[in-house]
Amino acid sequence: MARAVTTKQKIMFTAAAWSIGLLIFFPILWTVLTSFKTEAQAINDPPLFLFFDWTLENYSVVQERSNYMKFLWNSVIIAGGSTLLGIIIAIPAAWSMAFTPSRRTKDILLWMLSTKMLPAVGVLYPIYLLFIELGLLDSRFGLVMVLMLINLPIIVWMLYTYFREIPGEILEAARMDGASLKEEILYVLTPMALPGIASTVLLNIILAWNEAFWTLNLTAANAAPLTAFIASYSSPEGLFFAKLSAASTMAIAPILILGWFSQKQLVRGLTFGAVK
Amino acid sequence: MKPKKLNILAGAVIAGSLSAMAGNALAETLTIATVNNGDMIRMQKLTDDFTNKTGHKVEWVTLEENVLRQRVTTDITTRGGAFDIMTIGMYETPIWGKNGWLVALNDLSASYDVDDILPAMRSGLSYDGTLYAAPFYGESSMVMYRTDLMQKAGLKMPKAPNWQFIRKAAAAMTDRANDINGVCLRGKAGWGEGGAFITVTGNSFGARWFDENWNAQFDQPEWANALNFFVGMMKESGPAGYATNGFNENLSLFQQGKCGMWIDATVAASFVTNPKDSTVADKVGFALAPDNGLGKRSNWLWAWALAVPAGSQKVDAAKQFIEWATSKEYIELVASKEGWANVPPGARTSLYQNPNYKKVPFAQMTLDSINAADPQNPTVKPVPYVGIQFVAIPEFAGIATEVSQEFSAVYAGQQSVAEALRKAQALTNDAMEAAGYR
Repeated sequence: MARAVTTKQKIMFTAAAWSIGLLIFFPILWTVLTSFKTEAQAINDPPLFLFFDWTLENYSVVQERSNYMKFLWNSVIIAGGSTLLGIIIAIPAAWSMAFTPSRRTKDILLWMLSTKMLPAVGVLYPIYLLFIELGLLDSRFGLVMVLMLINLPIIVWMLYTYFREIPGEILEAARMDGASLKEEILYVLTPMALPGIASTVLLNIILAWNEAFWTLNLTAANAAPLTAFIASYSSPEGLFFAKLSAASTMAIAPILILGWFSQKQLVRGLTFGAVK
Repeated sequence: MKPKKLNILAGAVIAGSLSAMAGNALAETLTIATVNNGDMIRMQKLTDDFTNKTGHKVEWVTLEENVLRQRVTTDITTRGGAFDIMTIGMYETPIWGKNGWLVALNDLSASYDVDDILPAMRSGLSYDGTLYAAPFYGESSMVMYRTDLMQKAGLKMPKAPNWQFIRKAAAAMTDRANDINGVCLRGKAGWGEGGAFITVTGNSFGARWFDENWNAQFDQPEWANALNFFVGMMKESGPAGYATNGFNENLSLFQQGKCGMWIDATVAASFVTNPKDSTVADKVGFALAPDNGLGKRSNWLWAWALAVPAGSQKVDAAKQFIEWATSKEYIELVASKEGWANVPPGARTSLYQNPNYKKVPFAQMTLDSINAADPQNPTVKPVPYVGIQFVAIPEFAGIATEVSQEFSAVYAGQQSVAEALRKAQALTNDAMEAAGYR
């Protein structure tokens, strides 16, 4: 029998959820607010919250100094490309692991995940040398490949978990109706797992968008995405916090907007199969 | 169309194509890795002047200092060729020059006047007498102090103070009720942050990193004296939480009028005297970094310099850029656009002979501080290394970062001076043994 929740409890839970939410969101809010301050206001003690002379000067300086659209376009290509490629590879892989598992499936899944346990810097030199050899240094294609490979274990794991929630009998029925393997995956499995695939795609776009180790180390002037754009405003010798905040706000805005519009899909996917 | 006209047209097309090809062969696009410092940003804005003069285009890769260091180190050690020019410091230049990773700058044009580069800078950016990087701007460290607070305390800052005076003045200027700290100094972990400051303080107290046989010297009384003095003074007159304060944190405190004195990079002088950002712009005086009566001042020497990595395919164009960016003409170009106070300091002798620049309040003190630094003889006792706030060996960055972490733990009250020095001694000797020095 379901337990009754009193109004008082509801208010308490809501207040707690909002408090935690605000706590998590506060650094982003502070960055956005700082981006509208002057450099002197940005370091003011006590800190200024809302009552300061709002200015767009930092955005104007950042626009003037950097080619934002070039960085943005690189981010879109790298994050989108690596996710798309990852999904194309991961759907059949996760299908086979979920519906036709072998004795070694669990080992393979664990082995895939274990590649995430190595610190990235540990393979920086081999990857760098490989990139030089293949002529991929400072290329979007190279980064798409690296980020796809880095995120592939997560994509496969997530899809595997979603696929496991889909009854195998439905796929069997499709097979009995004469569906080929391709049709089974494309027209039966994929539409049913769409919420899960959508949340996997969104999560991986976010991961690839924010990835700052490989995108900084394997790029120079041509393929640098928004992470490099932010890094160019950080300085240990000079106070440029307001400009850095403006650059950060511009870098996170697209992904924040994407997340905002797709939050319903994201939550649906993340809770997919949570209640049976 | 008649055949004759056709021939003329074809000839014109061919000639046009050839001239375009010739133009393309001459004009290069240079990729330059640099840091996000005020002087570097100004250089980026003025790049059109270089392009107009030479036809070469420039693409900038601006990164945070530590990211840049990691990025260019990876590229140069693998000969990746991602950059045609790198912005590097005085620490990397002799090491990379020795390894053959940089193109020697020994054929710069006569008009460039290489002899005009300040001797201390030229020496620090050379290996075995060969210049491997041209200084874009140079710095030492000096005392920046509040003239009004010093006057209120009834004291007069000498041109060349000692540590005892600094401690006495700091105590006299401290006014905790009004949130004024007598002295603000770096305590942040990191070889280039608090590590640099405590190393130069140690130099003035007679301490050294290594003896002539590369044995760590943290077990010697000079280090204990220096560290105890520093911790004692900061406890009396320093800001709360100084263990996490680096250049930017202290700059922020000083600009807001919360420090009586700040001993740090000479480039900070232009920030603290800029009325746009500093609330104390018209109340700042300058003095040499303090000594302890042993003949060595606690000032460092640093330069951000431009170098050509050995992997670059565009060496000639890269050298042209370096000549442009570090020339006397470039300094005049900046002065004409942004004023003399904003020209890159500390690189050329002629700048300090310029009557216009002599009017800048911190110019002479910057020069005196740079001239007081000697990277070849940085300490009271003899040492086997070059470098003042660093030791120019590849292992230093890693070792000094760990040592500075131990010292920062002392500043934060997490361990005693003796404990930190014991750990520093052990970890330094271990690392040097592993690297084959001992």
